[in-house]
Amino acid sequence: MFTQYKYWEPYISPYDPCKPIKVKSYATPPQLYMGFQPYGLKQFNTPKEALYHGTLWPQLYSPYPNPHKGGDQGE
Amino acid sequence: MWYYEKKLQYPVKVSTCNPMLAKFLIEQYGGADGELAAALRYLNQRYTIPGKVVGLLNDIGTEEFAHLEMIATMVYKLTKDATPEQLKQAGIGEHFVDHDRALFYHNAAGVPFTATYIQAKGDPIADLYEDIAAEEKARATYQWIIDMSDDPDLNDSLKFLREREVVHSQRFREAVEILKEDRDAKKIF
Repeated sequence: MFTQYKYWEPYISPYDPCKPIKVKSYATPPQLYMGFQPYGLKQFNTPKEALYHGTLWPQLYSPYPNPHKGGDQGE
Repeated sequence: MWYYEKKLQYPVKVSTCNPMLAKFLIEQYGGADGELAAALRYLNQRYTIPGKVVGLLNDIGTEEFAHLEMIATMVYKLTKDATPEQLKQAGIGEHFVDHDRALFYHNAAGVPFTATYIQAKGDPIADLYEDIAAEEKARATYQWIIDMSDDPDLNDSLKFLREREVVHSQRFREAVEILKEDRDAKKIF
């Protein structure tokens, strides 16, 4: 399944001074996957909606912060 | 030449008096991966890149100036009514003694803008790959500024600017594909 965020678990030392962040994440936004933008891609319904998203096409929209950020991941 | 539209590309609203955010935002004004560096980089590369992608560099370079203007508006709003004491507490006392509340092209750490932030290698692939990297770095910078900011109205504008980096990166990637294609190459079968 396509996701715009990926996760990894860094090594945690028993001597880390700060409370460890167990799971780290990074963004992998849509432009990494699209190649040439296909013709006739679905657009947002209204110009206002497109302006608020910063793009005409929902498939190019990249949300930030990560909307699926887990509660207990410490991030 | 350019025509100027006397409005911002996207509205800028600042809801809290928090001059410290100005200190962070100035990274996108005069920093290595900021909007000034982007605009100058792309507009300068136009002259020596194949004709098929000159228009793209022109359009994106122009849009970067519109972004620069939005950042300037944010910084100005965040600092225009702050007292010297507030500016000092926000960590921009050093800026104040040199510039008062005037904007200046330097990064969040106060390092002045330099042309060494940008490159023009003359090789179309090298230049476009730099442009793609610049967009991803600017996107990341917006992410870290959004992480530092708790102003919802300001973040709304910053999320717009971050999305524009995504779209520009997409277009530069397409430009590379255009230059890679061998549709016009002389082929002998």
